[in-house]
Amino acid sequence: MDRFLYLTFDGLSRGAVYAAFALALVLIWRAARIVNFAQGAMAVATAYAGYSVANATGSYWLGFLTAVVAGLLLGAVVERVVMRFVDHSSPLNGVVVALGLVLIIQGVLGMIYGNEFRPVEAPFSRDAFLIGGVALLSRYDLFVFAAVGAVVVLLTLLFTRTPTGLRMRAAAFAPDVSRLLGVPVGGMLTLGWALAAAVGSLAGMLVLPTELGLHPNAMDLLFISAFTAAVLGGLDSPVGAVVGGLVVGLVLAYVSGYFGATVAPMAVLFLLVAVLLTRPAGLFAKAKARTA
Amino acid sequence: MSGPRPPLLRIDGLSAGYGGAAPVLRDVSLTVESKQIVAVLGANGAGKTTLLRTVSGQLRSSAGRVVFDGVDLRGVKVERMVRHGIAHVPEGRGVVTELTVDENLQLGGLWRKPRPALDDIYDLFPALARRRGHLGHQLSGGERQMLAIGRALAAEPRLLLLDEPSLGLAPKITAQIMALLRDLRDRTGLAVLLVEQNVRSALSVADEGLVLSLGRVVTRNDAATLAGDADLRHAFLGF
Amino acid sequence: MTTVAIPEKVERRRVPTRRRVSPLLVVLVAAAVIAVLTYTLPPFRNYQLATIGAYLCVTAGLTVLTGLNGQLSLGHGALMATGAYTLALMQNRFDMLVLGLAAAIVVTTAVGAIIGLAAARLRGPYLAGLTLAVAVVVPSITSTFDETFNSDQGLTVALEPPPGTIGVEQWQAWLCWGAALVTVLLLAYAIRGRFGRDLRAVRDDETAAKLAGVGVARTQVLAFVVSSACAGLAGALFAVLAQSVSPGAFPLTLSLFLLMAIVIGGLGRLSGAVIGAFLLVALPSVAQSIAEDAGSQRLEGNLALTFFGVVLVVVMLAAPGGLASLRFPTKQASLRFPTKKASLRFPRKKQKGQE
Repeated sequence: MDRFLYLTFDGLSRGAVYAAFALALVLIWRAARIVNFAQGAMAVATAYAGYSVANATGSYWLGFLTAVVAGLLLGAVVERVVMRFVDHSSPLNGVVVALGLVLIIQGVLGMIYGNEFRPVEAPFSRDAFLIGGVALLSRYDLFVFAAVGAVVVLLTLLFTRTPTGLRMRAAAFAPDVSRLLGVPVGGMLTLGWALAAAVGSLAGMLVLPTELGLHPNAMDLLFISAFTAAVLGGLDSPVGAVVGGLVVGLVLAYVSGYFGATVAPMAVLFLLVAVLLTRPAGLFAKAKARTA
Repeated sequence: MSGPRPPLLRIDGLSAGYGGAAPVLRDVSLTVESKQIVAVLGANGAGKTTLLRTVSGQLRSSAGRVVFDGVDLRGVKVERMVRHGIAHVPEGRGVVTELTVDENLQLGGLWRKPRPALDDIYDLFPALARRRGHLGHQLSGGERQMLAIGRALAAEPRLLLLDEPSLGLAPKITAQIMALLRDLRDRTGLAVLLVEQNVRSALSVADEGLVLSLGRVVTRNDAATLAGDADLRHAFLGF
Repeated sequence: MTTVAIPEKVERRRVPTRRRVSPLLVVLVAAAVIAVLTYTLPPFRNYQLATIGAYLCVTAGLTVLTGLNGQLSLGHGALMATGAYTLALMQNRFDMLVLGLAAAIVVTTAVGAIIGLAAARLRGPYLAGLTLAVAVVVPSITSTFDETFNSDQGLTVALEPPPGTIGVEQWQAWLCWGAALVTVLLLAYAIRGRFGRDLRAVRDDETAAKLAGVGVARTQVLAFVVSSACAGLAGALFAVLAQSVSPGAFPLTLSLFLLMAIVIGGLGRLSGAVIGAFLLVALPSVAQSIAEDAGSQRLEGNLALTFFGVVLVVVMLAAPGGLASLRFPTKQASLRFPTKKASLRFPRKKQKGQE
């Protein structure tokens, strides 16, 4: 029972990170109808930027801030320079271009930093407190919850309470009409990519101390897990992404805890297959099956 | 109608199309004054919608000029049109169905500073006030049309481009909308370029009408004369 | 006026069909050329030639799947790994190469059929995501069942030396090209007839295909199975070439490379698969010599990666209709897929003159 509780909290902590990353995928899907397969690579790139700054200045927090800001910039650049010019007659075009970006980013990172793992320290202790004699949560887990919670709250406020959020939603749902109403649709798209990439970078920074370390391929599995989470939630639904993230986190925690960590990647694959085949539109779907 | 002042909207020799073999609009000229409703009539495919899309900048013209209140509109981006005082209600109404009634209306006045209170709009359309929190896709056809027009009015335009407002609506609701247009013209001086298939109701409210056929203006006259011209009606308007 | 151009278009569409050379003739000529080459090239070049042949097996299969049937798979690197490990296990147990190759094809086909059954229900980014997951996860299976697969170290493949005085590389080139040419020949004949028509019909318009009596799901699964068999064969050949298998030889980037190869080669043409296979060997080779000249270890591999990525992005952005336009010669492409952008960019200026 103690172990179950421990794994549950561990899963929620992982799940929070997946939720944030899935949220980034959902933001771009809603804005541009593109699943950003380059999200993982982009998060790795900004994490390297943060890593460099943290090493140069000795401040983890300056590095963290750098990564998030770099995410904003990289997202905007990717949209302005590349994604804007993708032909939308087939959804595959965006996928293929994003995969091209993955190759470019991984190649460039490898050239600059080399392909070895660089361990990343956590800013807080990862040792769990004992609560009633049971090890449940570490300071780092609390930090993860707080950071992801803040992101969720801020995004919710942005989209539901501000004119910019209204513009972004309108531009995503009905670009032509929005333009007639004076909404700068292109600008909203760029902003959407920037925000999403920043959220992805934040998730990347949060996951790194719990993994082997920084490496050009470090986020491949994070991407798969988050994609599974996003599909679980229905790709269109930010709430679904958060719930999906937590579910995937829990499943992975239980599987790794009871069957060993090497089984976890397969568990993700099985979960993804199961969701795609049984509830292709996500657990919260009211719409028809996905064909887009 | 040509007074000493230049007209609010002046279109000269406008041609436009979709890049296909033939242009959809050819050498169209017209003017719209303040406080004037001009109806654009014609059969399917005559180029009525294309005319509106070209004026609001969604479609590039290949020749001719569109001047609004002294500003050449050809260099103006679609998303800036509303700041010049032009609001376009597209065919099929263009309500953002994923947003609520209130959000749709807010969207209309978003660019204005300070943002307008929406009370005036809700006064005009009491039916919308009752459904503020409903999503666009929960509305009836008539409510959607009212919402689209209300949203355009929230921008306080000087010229309203209105595309087929009667499409799919019951005659009673169409009549309400036409009455509203007349009222707005008289009260606020709004100018309207109204595209309609429903010739009778369009001419009932318009000051002037013009008939497009295969992209050309074949006739232009005041509304009463057009409505009374039997030959013309048979030839181009089909009633 | 507006409809004048349409009949002309219909006429044009029919033109580019039958102007075909017999595939058998092409393959025989190719076999002769390859055979001569293997006697003249030095061992290292023969090894590269063999690698091209191995790549050709999988790019030809992917051409059928992605180019002709419109299904994007990022999992073919993992399918190659399946074939490679099957061959390694069989070879180390029975030491009969033909048996190993056959088993590799059979096992990979079975795995591909499972993925294909799921894939037939998925479209666009969902299919890409699923196959991407396969590509990322499958190599990790070697750690899960490390007693069989020996984790990251992988397995060595014991091979008998070729008979007589034939060099190993030359023998490998024969083997790989023999397999590749048979694969290409079989595929060429398969896609000529009804199967090819069905593939294209499903790709272009599923609803129309269904109405015309084409079994959409059946065609899609079949395409996946065929391309999986090809990938299994290619993976087995890679195991023979390297005389070892390890998960590191089949990373996610391998799948992305394969995608790039068929996109650049020109989707939907087997000749494009040959170009793609050639580029997969040639570009890294060029990149490596650049890296060696620069004396930088970090450039090695990563330069090729970057290069592939840039090429992929540029090709996709430069082609006016994206993937779809790469399937046809450019003239027909612009007729079939007039993009909005293009039409807005060239406003007609001559209307007054026409009147």
